[in-house]
Amino acid sequence: MPGAVYLDHAATTPMVPAALAAMTEQLRVVGNPSSLHRAGRTARRVVEESRETIAQALGARPSEVIFTSGGTEADNLAVKGLFWSRRAADPRRVRILASAVEHHAVLDCVEWLASHDGAEPIWLDVDELGRVRPETVRAAIDSDPESVALVTVMWANNEVGTVQPIAEIVAIAHSYGIPVHSDAVQAVGQLPIDFAASGLDALTVSGHKVGGPLGVGALIVARDLLLTPVMHGGGQERDLRSGTLDTPAIAGFAAAVSDAVASQPARAAALVELREDLVRRVMTAVPDAVLNGDPGIGAGERLPGNAHFGFPGCEGDALLMLLDARGVECSTGSACTAGVARPSHVLLAMGSDDERARGTLRFSLGHTSTEADVDALLAVLPSAVERAKRAGVVSSASRR
Amino acid sequence: MRVLAAMSGGVDSAVAAARAVDAGHDVTGVHLALSKSPQSHRVGARGCCTVEDAHDARRAADVLGIPFYVWDLAERFADDVVQDFVDEYAAGRTPNPCLRCNERIKFAAVLDKALALGFDAVCTGHYAQLIDGPDGREMHRAVDPDKDQSYVLGVLTATQLAHAMFPLGDTPKSGVRAEAARRGLALAEKPDSHDVCFIPDGDTAGFLQRQLSSLGDVSGDIVDLSGETLGSHDGVYAFTVGQRRGLRIGTPASDGRPRYVLDVSPVTRTVTVGTAEELDVHSLVGVRPRWCGPAPIGPVECLVQLRAHGEPVPAVVRVIGSDRLDVELTVPARGIAPGQAVVVYDGTRVVGSATIDTTSR
Repeated sequence: MPGAVYLDHAATTPMVPAALAAMTEQLRVVGNPSSLHRAGRTARRVVEESRETIAQALGARPSEVIFTSGGTEADNLAVKGLFWSRRAADPRRVRILASAVEHHAVLDCVEWLASHDGAEPIWLDVDELGRVRPETVRAAIDSDPESVALVTVMWANNEVGTVQPIAEIVAIAHSYGIPVHSDAVQAVGQLPIDFAASGLDALTVSGHKVGGPLGVGALIVARDLLLTPVMHGGGQERDLRSGTLDTPAIAGFAAAVSDAVASQPARAAALVELREDLVRRVMTAVPDAVLNGDPGIGAGERLPGNAHFGFPGCEGDALLMLLDARGVECSTGSACTAGVARPSHVLLAMGSDDERARGTLRFSLGHTSTEADVDALLAVLPSAVERAKRAGVVSSASRR
Repeated sequence: MRVLAAMSGGVDSAVAAARAVDAGHDVTGVHLALSKSPQSHRVGARGCCTVEDAHDARRAADVLGIPFYVWDLAERFADDVVQDFVDEYAAGRTPNPCLRCNERIKFAAVLDKALALGFDAVCTGHYAQLIDGPDGREMHRAVDPDKDQSYVLGVLTATQLAHAMFPLGDTPKSGVRAEAARRGLALAEKPDSHDVCFIPDGDTAGFLQRQLSSLGDVSGDIVDLSGETLGSHDGVYAFTVGQRRGLRIGTPASDGRPRYVLDVSPVTRTVTVGTAEELDVHSLVGVRPRWCGPAPIGPVECLVQLRAHGEPVPAVVRVIGSDRLDVELTVPARGIAPGQAVVVYDGTRVVGSATIDTTSR
């Protein structure tokens, strides 16, 4: 729809012009970065420059950047790769400590390892704001430190935007010599990220969440970390990941990360202001709406672009449909199974009941968001909520 | 009008939605997710509820250029249709789940939600005709007698029909398939759905056995009308009135003629069998009547249909109070199972329906 109001940057972002230009330039050119001739060398140069750009932007060494097909593959490599290598070194290491609010890319890896490969998942509880408390991590490790393969806690939650205390979690885990992975897909470009300073052993980044292309991402892997590969083949990426490198996507990815990180401080400030305005106006227009997640505005509290609401008595999917029909695009914030909305595991972990977990909407702002978007949302939200409430009442009333 | 098109992923509902678009309506497609654990691929000719069907519905909506969503009604469906189906069998009746789904899901839960969300009508791929007559909206049989689905829509009230749209009633199935192909809908060649959508392997007895396993030992006797025991069975729910196969009666009937299930009684765990003639029903009592328009007054000569795909039978019906319908069949009908619907027709027009409670030979 022309002129649609896009409030779903957490799902994917429009490409920034620099990324589009870098990518399209490479799409015109032939060359496999692994080839030895001139075309191959030219492509390899683009890949390596991109690697350096991303490393510099995220406080990593170039050799620590492992390109993948996106965030999900990077999470798979981190969780499975770390589990396998750590257990190979010591068979007692079967426990995986993961927050209960992880993205499915981490969650399902852990569950797959549990059901197929003897892993023992330890789900770290979160508080009502969606945050893992450091003492929870300490207690979980402390009960049997020798048996922990890895800790994985996302930098910031994709649904409710809660930022996790990564530095404290890393400090605790490292005091036992346990490596930590963090999925920072939502955080890059919104929060300051410095891989070296974070102390993390592995960090997941995605292209399309930061104004870059779909289908590309990276796992930043500390140099001394041993990982077992998941994708086998030509061994292109330090033998940790195989597959012909996607030069155009990598070039676009690097341009996007560079742009996102350079403009992060100013963008975060602008997004916080816009988000706070959105929250205030939604709460005024729909007084019984509930803001989920951390109400704080600091970089350690909530993603600048995230606003996640519960609308009591409404079904999220009904609200989404009504807003979509009026040109406002957002998300219910919960994962989809076969296109069917299920109550969000994130909200359930935060203590919501099933019904409250269904009646939610996530508005996520990003680099193209403006005050006009918020105006457009507020112009249609109150009537949509009223409608959805009537429909919600109908649905529950006719229940036997 | 703002129209909500229920799209199963089959050819009928896709063409119905297309026709609603052509008629100038503002159409939104919705796939109803009815299974709690959707399978990823179709099993046999099963026509709904798999991930593949949701995908087919989405692709049809893409071709039509309409918005598309999935509505999760699995819980409602499990309560109102599947559990009802199991309960009815456990009570010795023979339910029609499609009819129940129309009554409680498509034209209740879905229609109510659609109206509340600002839609004016729900459009489906059912084969029936809606005609706006001088006394209001009338529902008639489809022109294609093989596809006519007015029987399973006979439970709808005037209010429900006022917000229903059945664009396919005037077209034979072959025409609908041809139209789907002409419109570039990839599902044009998809097989028709059959049987009960939530029993993909078609093994109703096996499904009921699993659902009712908690009842423990449900075995009992198979008797004839004189009360003589002819054999035994493992559970009454495996039997339906009119059924001939699977009786496993050791001794043949004295006259050598086949025997049929006449009656199923879960309370005494007894299955009564008899000859084809003994299956003849001359009258029946229906309960929970539902009328598509005003209820008929006095004894009315009409046609009744007593099961899906059954032949219409001449009858005289009397409305008794608000919750009973007496039906005298002018010619006897065979194998009439309590739990099925008696749908009353005036020519091709659906007058209403009731649930068969008891039958008399």
